[in-house]
Amino acid sequence: MQIFPRKLNLLPLVLGAAVFIAGGAVTFVVWYYFSPKNLQVGYAPDQPVPYSHRLHAGELGLDCRYCHANVERSYEAMVPPTQTCMGCHNIVRTDSARLEPVRQSWQTNQPVAWVRVHKLPDHVFFDHSVHLAASVGCVTCHGRIDQMDVVRQEQPLSMAWCLDCHRDPGPNLRPPAEITSMQWEPDEAWTAQVDARVAALNPPIHCSGCHR
Amino acid sequence: MSTALPTDALPIDDSVPIEDIGERHLMPADMTVSEVTTLVAGVTENPAPRGWWMLFIPAVLLAGLMFACIGYLVTAGVGAWGNNAPVYWAWDITNFVWWIGIGHAGTLISAILFLFRQKWRTSINRFAEAMTVFAVLCAAIFPALHTGRPWFDYYLFPIPNQMNVWPNFKSPLMWDVFAVNTYLTISVVFFFVGLIPDLATIRDRSTNLLRKRIYGFFALGWRGSHRHWQHYERAYLIFAAISTPLVLSVHSVVSFDFATSVIPGWHTTIFPPYFVAGAVFSGFALVMTLMLIVRAVFGMHRVVTLKHLDLMTKFMLATSMLVGYAYAMEFFIAWYSGNEYEWWHFFHTRIGLADSTGQRSPYFWAWVAMVSCNVLVPQIFWFKYARRSIPVMFVATLLINVGMWFERFVIIVLSIHRDYLPSAWGIFHPTLIDMGLYLGTMGFFLTMFLLFVRWLPMFAIAELKGILPAAQPSHAPDHHEAPEAPAGELSPAPAE
Repeated sequence: MQIFPRKLNLLPLVLGAAVFIAGGAVTFVVWYYFSPKNLQVGYAPDQPVPYSHRLHAGELGLDCRYCHANVERSYEAMVPPTQTCMGCHNIVRTDSARLEPVRQSWQTNQPVAWVRVHKLPDHVFFDHSVHLAASVGCVTCHGRIDQMDVVRQEQPLSMAWCLDCHRDPGPNLRPPAEITSMQWEPDEAWTAQVDARVAALNPPIHCSGCHR
Repeated sequence: MSTALPTDALPIDDSVPIEDIGERHLMPADMTVSEVTTLVAGVTENPAPRGWWMLFIPAVLLAGLMFACIGYLVTAGVGAWGNNAPVYWAWDITNFVWWIGIGHAGTLISAILFLFRQKWRTSINRFAEAMTVFAVLCAAIFPALHTGRPWFDYYLFPIPNQMNVWPNFKSPLMWDVFAVNTYLTISVVFFFVGLIPDLATIRDRSTNLLRKRIYGFFALGWRGSHRHWQHYERAYLIFAAISTPLVLSVHSVVSFDFATSVIPGWHTTIFPPYFVAGAVFSGFALVMTLMLIVRAVFGMHRVVTLKHLDLMTKFMLATSMLVGYAYAMEFFIAWYSGNEYEWWHFFHTRIGLADSTGQRSPYFWAWVAMVSCNVLVPQIFWFKYARRSIPVMFVATLLINVGMWFERFVIIVLSIHRDYLPSAWGIFHPTLIDMGLYLGTMGFFLTMFLLFVRWLPMFAIAELKGILPAAQPSHAPDHHEAPEAPAGELSPAPAE
């Protein structure tokens, strides 16, 4: 007795193809869409104050360290306190409506609730001071801040992305005087000495370099 | 000559040599081809006997307990187990090694005994292969949970990822992942390939279309042609050859988890063969425990005869002595090496001699349980009476598996509960979750096993027919009325 229709002979072929296609589709979806490149890059939350880095760091040319003052000495690049803003803004544009939350913070002594853009997991110990001492520029990880009205995440900040640089730091190093420069390009004098600097640097690529 | 035999009497007709080589029939001489089919396929066709339900219901409840414990453990974290400094490996790894070890009998019986043409394997190989698959699944649960965050278990596999995290191939724990996964894959494939002709038999006997279709689907269109048999036999031989090294490699790799470390009690070169012998030992014991139950529940006394059981007890006796030798050798090396840490571990922690401060080991009883169950109990099989007595075999095999669990407990917990500094000493206290999970895996195992027994041919029908008296070319037809030609199940069975 025939218990299966003849066309079922195709089943192994169809099953094989289905497993191949479904497997490939799942792999692609996880590989592409689950990556920080897709999930994180471009994150640009609304801030309580429409502060523009393009205006302050770009047009006015403030140094990054004017506001993020401790970045060379600390793990965290601090978010400036209201006092830093008011240092200028009790003289400049004192009646701007957009600065209202800052003035309120100044009067009530409550900090402005800035929203953090660049986040790392708790098990990663990232140290800004170490990276600046190694003379990695701000722009390397944060992108052209001087062109952003609203700060957005430019780089994936994934572990593979960190390790890419830890394994080959040369292209991301610059003279210590240029770390906050947004336009700096490597010149011949720098290319001549970068190898020596890399050799002296030896960034960690073992687990406990970043996870303690 | 071949009269109806009482079920548990020795059903071997000693006066009927199979050939001039003096072999004897493994199954009753009046066993016919059709009886084998009816007996084995009948289990899947008739309603389950009451004994099956009496085992199945508690097994399912225990399996539920396992899932409850896993659920609690995953939500609460591994702190729900009693593992803590310095005993970071405790019941979880003990259970893992215990289950993996049990799985070893399957491959040994189906592969190595096949290559050595041990015909008595045909009555137990299907059984043991199924057990292997289920035991490895139970084993895999423990390390998967032991990672603490089971949802990150994919880190165990070399999958390209955004973290550039890659398995550490220098770690024996990594080798374990590959050894166990290889073993599971090969065991499943081997088990399935062996099932194909028997599934076709059940398909052909089925009267309802759904049943025909389900068994027919898995029988992969088997028609029993000569060409099919030729390919099948060749595939079976190849799988046996692939599986054979796995019998030795998997538990060797498991033993490396311990042997490559520098903990006294673990750092031992004898571990790989010692672990393999222990694995085969415990596997045979559990095969026998379950075999005795199933044999009684389904009345399979004519398929699994006392001759089979006798041979299995001899295997256990041999492996028990291998294990006993390894135990003794550990003590010898502890003394002969002159290493004070080794000495302290074996003579203080294990056998409980008082140390210089007059303290005694808190775990002496575990070592006593291990040696009595694994070395002393099997010695009873020197006696023919014990090799033929079902109650003795049943109790002994249960004790052997208790002992083999204690062996892993002794190796794992005793070795690490005394760190090098007395400030880092501790005792392991199992929690209810520890116990529930262990019992639960037994339920899970039994559930799958009982479903297997109920719905799949629990003996290799085709292979059993190959060792029937009727299948012997030299078989003298005047002994009894077996079919002349090697008939399939379609030929009418001759009357007794």
